[in-house]
Amino acid sequence: MAVDQATVRHIAHLARIAVSDGEIAGLQHELNAILSFVEELNEVDVSGIEPMTSVTPMRMKLRPDVVTDGGMTDAILANAPATEDHFFLVPKVVE
Amino acid sequence: MNIESSPRKLVKGATGDWEIVVGLEVHAQVISNAKLFSGASTAFGGEPNSHVSLVDAAMPGMLPVVNEECVRQAIRTGLGLKASINLSSVFDRKNYFYPDLPQGYQISQYKNPIVGEGEVSVDVTATETIAVGIERLHLEQDAGKSLHDRNPATSFVDLNRSGVALMEIVTRPDIRSAEEAKAFVAKLRTILRYLGTCDGDMEKGSLRADVNVSVRRPGEPLGTRCEIKNVNSIRFIGQAIDAEARRQILILEDGGKIEQETRLFDPARGETRSMRTKEEAHDYRYFPDPDLLPLQFDEAYVAALAAALPELPDAKKARFIAQYGLSPYDADVLVGERAAADFFEDVVGGNGQPRDGKAAANWVINEFFGRLNREGGDIATAPISAAQIGGIIDLITEGEISGKMGKDLFDIVWTEGGDPRAIAKERGLTQMTDAAAIESVVDAVVAANPEKAAQAKAKPAMLGWFVGQVMKQTSGRANPQAVNAAIRAKLGT
Repeated sequence: MAVDQATVRHIAHLARIAVSDGEIAGLQHELNAILSFVEELNEVDVSGIEPMTSVTPMRMKLRPDVVTDGGMTDAILANAPATEDHFFLVPKVVE
Repeated sequence: MNIESSPRKLVKGATGDWEIVVGLEVHAQVISNAKLFSGASTAFGGEPNSHVSLVDAAMPGMLPVVNEECVRQAIRTGLGLKASINLSSVFDRKNYFYPDLPQGYQISQYKNPIVGEGEVSVDVTATETIAVGIERLHLEQDAGKSLHDRNPATSFVDLNRSGVALMEIVTRPDIRSAEEAKAFVAKLRTILRYLGTCDGDMEKGSLRADVNVSVRRPGEPLGTRCEIKNVNSIRFIGQAIDAEARRQILILEDGGKIEQETRLFDPARGETRSMRTKEEAHDYRYFPDPDLLPLQFDEAYVAALAAALPELPDAKKARFIAQYGLSPYDADVLVGERAAADFFEDVVGGNGQPRDGKAAANWVINEFFGRLNREGGDIATAPISAAQIGGIIDLITEGEISGKMGKDLFDIVWTEGGDPRAIAKERGLTQMTDAAAIESVVDAVVAANPEKAAQAKAKPAMLGWFVGQVMKQTSGRANPQAVNAAIRAKLGT
């Protein structure tokens, strides 16, 4: 598997990362290097083996249905570039 | 997918019949105190961004921990939908960009949902019942809320909803008309409310549906579908389906092609319109969430939940028909809300000795619900109790009062309260059943109106006039059947 330059632009757009035209070729090379490295794993025959989800056999912990968090509006909004009436303000997202 | 065609609901086009095919994706907000993966409150209507934890705001390094109650509620819902429960399921990341989705992905379930296939039986009319297949139910996070109308240049984002647990319930394309879709959603809502897993409040957005609509010639393969997003009332679901089917039929009959796309229903204009989404909008790049292990539980856990489920509407309806002799229609009305069914059962059997089921159903449906509807109110806060209605029914059954007096008594108890038997006694609301007493009134009326009596002998329709006179003389207290019998005996017809 290899990615072309259009795929690189597409992935950058989906991640909302601005990539200039000059960076595309370099990124394409890096991504393909990563993919070919990971593709070496294809040489291992894993037929009939359950996918491993954890290095130790453990069950997922669940939490009780109790309200233990929240009520920290100022902390939540502390890093926001713009706020009003305790809302985050963002550039208009509908036409 | 080739889905069986049925001639039951065809729509006439200019060039022949069309069949509408509908599948639904219903989002139902889980009833829980805390969110799906954080300890923040799910309460509706808090100050903006007050029910938000660092997990919900997707601060770096925060880890999700699943809420066991949400898992329990999803399993219980699956059981209520007669669906298979998957003892192992997986949470996946559904990646997309939107300002009210701070993580940049929604934690959802993709390939391995917690609940598999099930079925819901839906009464569309009094005589028509359909089965709607459930394809799956999965757990996922709700997003935050964006307000676009407060400022022309900016959107306002509130993350209070961010991370609240939703159940997405997906049907098979088994629905063939707007009526069927509306009946299905109403039934699903009833089941969820019985289970107590979703409050079903569509105005608050606790229940909303994405509606997939396509049309085809009967017997042909499925047509291209359009998805109408986020329809938030049962009535609008019906209108959206009809509007979208009309639009598609017009295009196809004009020789055009349906583009698969996402649309919005505009209730004010009664039409759907394209959402003009970006072409890569559906590139979700699902993958298993590395922060979460598979969700696993055992058979015994599911069995215990199944054993503790309440009686659901279908079973309750069947029991009401069998146990109380109700008509399917009355049973249906009563089981629509659990509180209504409970109230009816309190009326019918509240004092230990069962009352007549049909009489109880009539009183609850016609008088009680009728009054509640007129005055606006709910069962819990109604000014009359099941015991009081039962008391009125007892007085009628015993012949103490007539049905008409019962209604007057109902009105008195509704507005003033009190024990029906005591009120009936105090206010002289007692029926005159003594045959001799009634006869003497009849005699007096006949004696005072000799010409009319003569006419009535020739013309039995005149008897009604005498009944009216006797009722008037007795201030409506005489038993009408006894009066009728006495007049017939007297005037010999």
